[in-house]
Amino acid sequence: MLMASSTAALDAARGAPVAFFDDGSHHPQQGTLLGFWLYLMSDCLIFAVLFAVYAVMGRSYAAGPSGADLFDLPLVAVNTGMLLLSSITYGFAMIGMQKRSQAQVLGWLAITGLFGAAFVGLELYEFRHLIHEGAGPQRSAFLSSFFALVGTHGLHVSFGILWLGTLMLQVKKLGLTAANRRRLMCLSMFWHFLDVVWIGVFTFVYLMGSLPATA
Amino acid sequence: MNHAHDKHHGDDHGHQADGHGDDHGHGEAEYHASYRGYAIGFLLSVLLTAIPFWLVMAKLLPTPGLTAAVILAFAAVQVVVHMLYFLHMNSKVEQGWSLLALTFTALLVLIMMSGSIWVMHHLNTNMMPMHEMDARKLP
Repeated sequence: MLMASSTAALDAARGAPVAFFDDGSHHPQQGTLLGFWLYLMSDCLIFAVLFAVYAVMGRSYAAGPSGADLFDLPLVAVNTGMLLLSSITYGFAMIGMQKRSQAQVLGWLAITGLFGAAFVGLELYEFRHLIHEGAGPQRSAFLSSFFALVGTHGLHVSFGILWLGTLMLQVKKLGLTAANRRRLMCLSMFWHFLDVVWIGVFTFVYLMGSLPATA
Repeated sequence: MNHAHDKHHGDDHGHQADGHGDDHGHGEAEYHASYRGYAIGFLLSVLLTAIPFWLVMAKLLPTPGLTAAVILAFAAVQVVVHMLYFLHMNSKVEQGWSLLALTFTALLVLIMMSGSIWVMHHLNTNMMPMHEMDARKLP
């Protein structure tokens, strides 16, 4: 029965044009992007560990100031806005890349970099203010974990800006080559990923830290 | 991703023979970014950011516990919005491997976060009398 049907299929296939089941769809098309995504996932675990530390230590004030005493929510809101705006402007740069418009890519990347720099600047201002008030990382377990988590994120953004500047020079010099487009896509993932991490930071650290203690 | 295939054929001429086509834009996976997609994502995320800030700053909800639960829910939704509209995540990116990695990571994060909080909360509860006395002695 099986034999019969397979011979019938063979006979039918002889007349038909050659068809391949492999249409190429299962081949990895861009190993770099998948690899970079995996890097981001491992980075996500680093942040998860820092979040877990903050979750455990976040209410250990050592009789020092609490989040409700320290956090300046309007400043954090502005900071969040900077990062959100930088996310959409990076998106516009990617649209420019699709249109192969080098000027549009460079322009939007520059604006993205400025928003990113504003974010880092505001964060540094906040850190300086906290340390000035005697609420530095050595004050309490809460502040140690706060500076570790928020500082790591800020460091990521800073390196993102460095990468962005480097990439702008590359695009200016070499144009929107395939390699540069790939790099732009990697940085796009990195940048949007940092924005996702920041959602966790402003919610879990700043907003929840500003709430009065329940227990 | 279908788009990537057209690209593939266009870009690939002359790179087949040298054996390392991967370095030359071989089968570039470009998504269809659009102003509309980014605008929707941006508006949603502004909304999902503004409401939690407003809830906390105006102290609208009766208990801090409720506020915390609500803003965490907003954060979860916003993460999904960013994943969809900014990171263009779907089950087809890299033939699903990206989503698989993401799901696995999310699972690990969930285990790590809930495990840490759970274990350390119990530890804290058991240590509390000592802890509080120590804290009171501090200047």
